[in-house]
Amino acid sequence: MNEQELEKKFQERIDKGESIEAKDWMPERYRKQLIRMMGQHAHSEVVGMLPEGNWITRAPSLRRKCVLLAKVQDEAGHGLYIYSGTETLGISREQMVEELLAGKAKYSSIFNYPTLSWADIGAIGWLVDGAAIVNQTVLAKGSYGPYARAMVRICKEENFHHKQGYEILATLMKGTAEQRAMAQDSINRWWWPALMMFGPSDKDSPNSAELLRWRVKRYSNDELRQRFIDRTVPQAQNIGLTLPDPELKWNEERQHFDFGTINWEEFYQVINGNGICNKDRLKARRKAHEEGAWVREAANAYARKKAGETIAA
Amino acid sequence: MLMHVKKQVKQLQRKSFNDQYHFIMKNDNWPLWEVFTQKRSGLPFEHAGNVHAPDKELALMNARDVYSRRNEATCIWVVPSDAITSSTPEDMGPFFEPSNDKIYRHPNFYKTPGATFE
Repeated sequence: MNEQELEKKFQERIDKGESIEAKDWMPERYRKQLIRMMGQHAHSEVVGMLPEGNWITRAPSLRRKCVLLAKVQDEAGHGLYIYSGTETLGISREQMVEELLAGKAKYSSIFNYPTLSWADIGAIGWLVDGAAIVNQTVLAKGSYGPYARAMVRICKEENFHHKQGYEILATLMKGTAEQRAMAQDSINRWWWPALMMFGPSDKDSPNSAELLRWRVKRYSNDELRQRFIDRTVPQAQNIGLTLPDPELKWNEERQHFDFGTINWEEFYQVINGNGICNKDRLKARRKAHEEGAWVREAANAYARKKAGETIAA
Repeated sequence: MLMHVKKQVKQLQRKSFNDQYHFIMKNDNWPLWEVFTQKRSGLPFEHAGNVHAPDKELALMNARDVYSRRNEATCIWVVPSDAITSSTPEDMGPFFEPSNDKIYRHPNFYKTPGATFE
């Protein structure tokens, strides 16, 4: 079969709803796009541990500390699931990690914002994980088997992240005036960056059509953003939080919330390395990798020693 | 000329990165292990995913941390990935052919007038 026939057959499989597996034939661009998307997704999970890790030692109670530790550990696990899925496409995890540490790989722009108060841990769980769930629920039905399966596992775990964040904010909103102000300030800072997580508007997203045709994506960025807004606004109202958008209003005709204009200039600035924390995040990742080197060395030495013993015996 | 200089600078930057982070190459090239988990005793083992680890003990611990943080397993197998032999997608047709034409292996092939079989 020539390239064209193979591509036709590939598209037929996708249209029938079949899963593409690692060893199946796939167009080179499909492979490349998935490596790019999955790599960025895995990096986001790993870098995503940093803003939250910032508050582990300062969590306000033992309960909150246990929860936050478990959540951050989950994020590490999510990174591993996705790295592992990406490796099936012919790139090694060490290469991906190297690209991240070299500052050559992208990750979600949201993690370049600082966590200034405890309420930010609530905002991340509720808004950032909430947005991630909307994205990932859809990705769990995508065409590439290893990616979809990783998403199923992640979505199950992400629900606790989402709810614990909301609980933090709900608790603060029942507290003192100062605590309520802290929660509101946090939402003022995180709302718009959370909306940016869905990526640029479809008319500015050059890859969208191709990714939709391949069922790598199943809905457009704008559709998913709208879905997130529609389900999040009532949750905010429920605990008395005001979302920082004067144009946010229920549209009876559309049966959706209308919302204001997103500052895409800010989004591109952050993506291109000029966010508040871009440099710190990379520095922290490199430091963690360097300071973990002795652990990896020790594990290697131990493995060599055990292998030697087996041969001697 | 400028292009040439730019290329050299890039190579130097790359070299400096590799010097600085040489341990990445040296340490992280751990073998891959396929992970199988059993949800409850009596159930079959299912493929859960894979982990990197330098030896089987750490493979088992990594597998526990990655694939059973919520009691998803009561028992775990780890198998070196390169020890697994798999049929290939190209095999799909001919390899499984022998079972295609033996419908008499299924109970509904048989006519059993009047009798009930539970």
